[in-house]
Amino acid sequence: MTEQKQKTQDKQEQPRKRKLALGGMLIPLLAIVTALVLGAIVIIATDVTVADAFGEGIGAGLVRSWRVISRAYSAFFTGAFGDPAQMYRGLSQWISTGDGTRWARSLYPITETLRYATPYIFAGLSVAVGFRGGLFNIGAEGQYFIAGLTTVFVGYAITDLPWFIHLPLALVAGILGGAVWAAIPGYLKAKTGAHEVINTIMMNYIAFRFAEFMLDVGGPMARGDGRPVSPVIQESAQLAQFLPSNQDIRFNVGFILALLAAWFAYWLLFKTTIGYEIRTVGQNPRAARYAGMSVPKTIVITMIVAGGLAGLAAATDLLGVLRFMPNAFSAGYGFDAIALALLGNSHPWGVVLASLLFGALRSGARNMQGIARVPLDITQILQGLIIIFIAAPEIIQALYRLRGLEKGEELVLTRGWGQM
Amino acid sequence: MPPVLELKGITKRFPGVLANDHIDVTLNEGEVLTLLGENGAGKSTLMNVLYGLYTPDEGEIYVRGEKVDIRGPNDAIDLGIGMVHQHFMLVPVLTVVENVMLGMESIKNGIFLDLEDAAQRIREISEQYGLNVDPYALVGELPVGLQQRVEITKLLYRKADILILDEPTAVLTPQEVEGLFEVIRSLLSKGKSIIFISHKLKEVLEISDNIAVLRGGRVVGYAKPDESNERSLASLMVGREVILTVPKGPAQPADVVLEVQDLRALDDRHHLALRGVSFDVRAGEIVGVAGVQGNGQTELIEVLTGLRSPASGTVRLMGHNVTDATPRIITEMGSAHIPEDRQRDGLVMGYPVADNMILNTYYLPPVAEGILMQEAAVRERAERLVEEYDVRTPSVITPAGNLSGGNQQKVIVARELSREVKLVIASQPTRGLDVGSIEYIHSQLVRKRDEGAAVLVVSAELDEVLSLADRIIVMFEGQVMDIVSAETATKEELGLLMAGVHEDAPVAAGEEVAA
Repeated sequence: MTEQKQKTQDKQEQPRKRKLALGGMLIPLLAIVTALVLGAIVIIATDVTVADAFGEGIGAGLVRSWRVISRAYSAFFTGAFGDPAQMYRGLSQWISTGDGTRWARSLYPITETLRYATPYIFAGLSVAVGFRGGLFNIGAEGQYFIAGLTTVFVGYAITDLPWFIHLPLALVAGILGGAVWAAIPGYLKAKTGAHEVINTIMMNYIAFRFAEFMLDVGGPMARGDGRPVSPVIQESAQLAQFLPSNQDIRFNVGFILALLAAWFAYWLLFKTTIGYEIRTVGQNPRAARYAGMSVPKTIVITMIVAGGLAGLAAATDLLGVLRFMPNAFSAGYGFDAIALALLGNSHPWGVVLASLLFGALRSGARNMQGIARVPLDITQILQGLIIIFIAAPEIIQALYRLRGLEKGEELVLTRGWGQM
Repeated sequence: MPPVLELKGITKRFPGVLANDHIDVTLNEGEVLTLLGENGAGKSTLMNVLYGLYTPDEGEIYVRGEKVDIRGPNDAIDLGIGMVHQHFMLVPVLTVVENVMLGMESIKNGIFLDLEDAAQRIREISEQYGLNVDPYALVGELPVGLQQRVEITKLLYRKADILILDEPTAVLTPQEVEGLFEVIRSLLSKGKSIIFISHKLKEVLEISDNIAVLRGGRVVGYAKPDESNERSLASLMVGREVILTVPKGPAQPADVVLEVQDLRALDDRHHLALRGVSFDVRAGEIVGVAGVQGNGQTELIEVLTGLRSPASGTVRLMGHNVTDATPRIITEMGSAHIPEDRQRDGLVMGYPVADNMILNTYYLPPVAEGILMQEAAVRERAERLVEEYDVRTPSVITPAGNLSGGNQQKVIVARELSREVKLVIASQPTRGLDVGSIEYIHSQLVRKRDEGAAVLVVSAELDEVLSLADRIIVMFEGQVMDIVSAETATKEELGLLMAGVHEDAPVAAGEEVAA
């Protein structure tokens, strides 16, 4: 009896899983492929040597184009994932002689990808949780700044603590900084209906200028040596490196925390009553009210969770990589996060995959610039194209003659003005 | 003489659905052809084909004996075919004449609208067909019945002589329906021909010359009104024998469960929507609220379920004051609510059926322990309810939005009535549903009554209120016109009350409240 039941359950579970695997992944994958193709065209179009070669004849032009693209993209892939030949040589040297330095160096590209992916995951989750709750959190960047200040302050100002107290304290400071900063527009939305898009943007400006004030030469948090940077945080608050022997490798425990955060977001959204409330308010606030949920309370909770996650992006980045906070230090993670949430369909695991992709794009782009002399801007163009194709799936559907996707839990990205 | 309109073998396929399957219908001049069928039977598809909105996959259309190719509404209008949609296509802030001339404006001196010229033509049309419309009235201020006549005027202004009326009586009081039928008769006498779409059997029998019954995209039978009756049409429409009246014994009213006293409330535009409403509902009885839509019923239900704060007055549930209680408190006290707009309020369309089944109990054991949702319990409960309430769904993880309207409503009914409830508040519980689902939902409401629950049903369908309720409250402009026994009430009496006419006492003057 129970066995039979299990069977029918499996049968019903299957189509959902397949839909996730195919429907969920197909569009992003095709978007990436399409963006790479268009990116190749941009690379060719902006390369002077290709233009010269076409001047000699079509054949020479095509050959030259192919060389340029293959050099650019192979630099890109080795920059993002490492060079297999070097990795093999490094590994055999490590095994035969016990000297792991070459192996470690060959791992540098992939660790850079993961290092970039870490703040991306946190920030992407932040925006994704907001989307699930029907809120467009454009404020991840500002939350990142405030959390950066609180984290770094706890990190350098408190001394003589063992690491197992100091480090969690610094992380919590980041969570609180982001959460409080996000809760303000959340509260305004819940109480007055003020649109969170406007308010989070404004909160961003306040955060940027506030951080500037705090860190500028002579500011309350400036180091005092004439540079607009904070003091270095205590060793007891730093996140451990995975390969401490190689100082270039900045890959750290923050990545594990990011994966834990993704699991937490998934658990919260899909396994708890709080997540049920967040998703219901996001999908149909009228039904949520009908069901006896407090829509204002849920909005504030959603923003607090989102802000806390954005705060962790700053905390892990500062405690694991930079170890101090410079003025105007952000790398735009909070804004890229909107794209990540979209790309990952606002699903925590989708966000993780999207973050890995963006991490790879970033670290590959540097190599592409260094070796193939393709400007960094090309990566930005690639990112932009991918996002456009994700945000407008009809383009991809039309391009590849895909049928419309099955209707499922659709995301309400944003609602009009004043609608709750 | 050839018929005015002939559709031959019309077939329209959508991916996975055969919406129209070789449909043949004929409309003779000066006659009413009724298309009778449930939702999804293919009526709308057929009319959209005729109106040029869809291109048929097969089949031919003949107008006055000539084969025609209709590629869009403009072609249809050129051929003299006009349609009054179920939801009026009027601009409320414009006057009648501005609405009517919209799209084919009379122009003078090159760029100026010639309103007077158009108004004069509207007056002529109005007089000719007895429409009684004032060209300079603001459309938004007209009652629904008159707005409908403006729509008809629009068609006549465009010289239509084949008029399609899509569910025209859905929004009207019985008296307004009579008025509409007079207009229809006057149109017929002047040689116009009409296609009437409806699923209300009584009206169909009264006004039609010919009836085509559609089911599952096919014509399943043709009928003449003098050779048919409601029962035969209903079984043709549904495909099996149906019970038209609700089988129920006499009510056994017990203690008062819901007590409403002198309730006043504002609507969303801050106008007084409830002007001192008082009534009670006892355990073991069904109280129906009749009235034309927009007379305060929506606001009343919202106040009773905690979704709207009243301006004054009290609501008591089993003796406890719940006037300002939240929806959750009211639900937890044993009140069930089947909302008026199931898709907007009652369901999360993207959620699976199983998640919709727990919409207001998601935080209670056994579906949640603390903050942890118990997926197995959620699924088990959904599977049980789907079985018990006969919800037709591929599985409990199918999104609610993929179900038909009737099955969506059954999800709500299952969720609300499967709880231990002392009060059931059902608003338009069968709106837009097919006969089979209506039958089912009625029987469930009666079952709850017989189990000792108090039931309050709001419906715009007078027939529904009459057959389901034990007592009937008639609302007009935010007031209770009267409370009558369903056994002795007649449709005419209720119709007058719904229109605000009280035989015994004049209506108290309403008060206006500033925002």
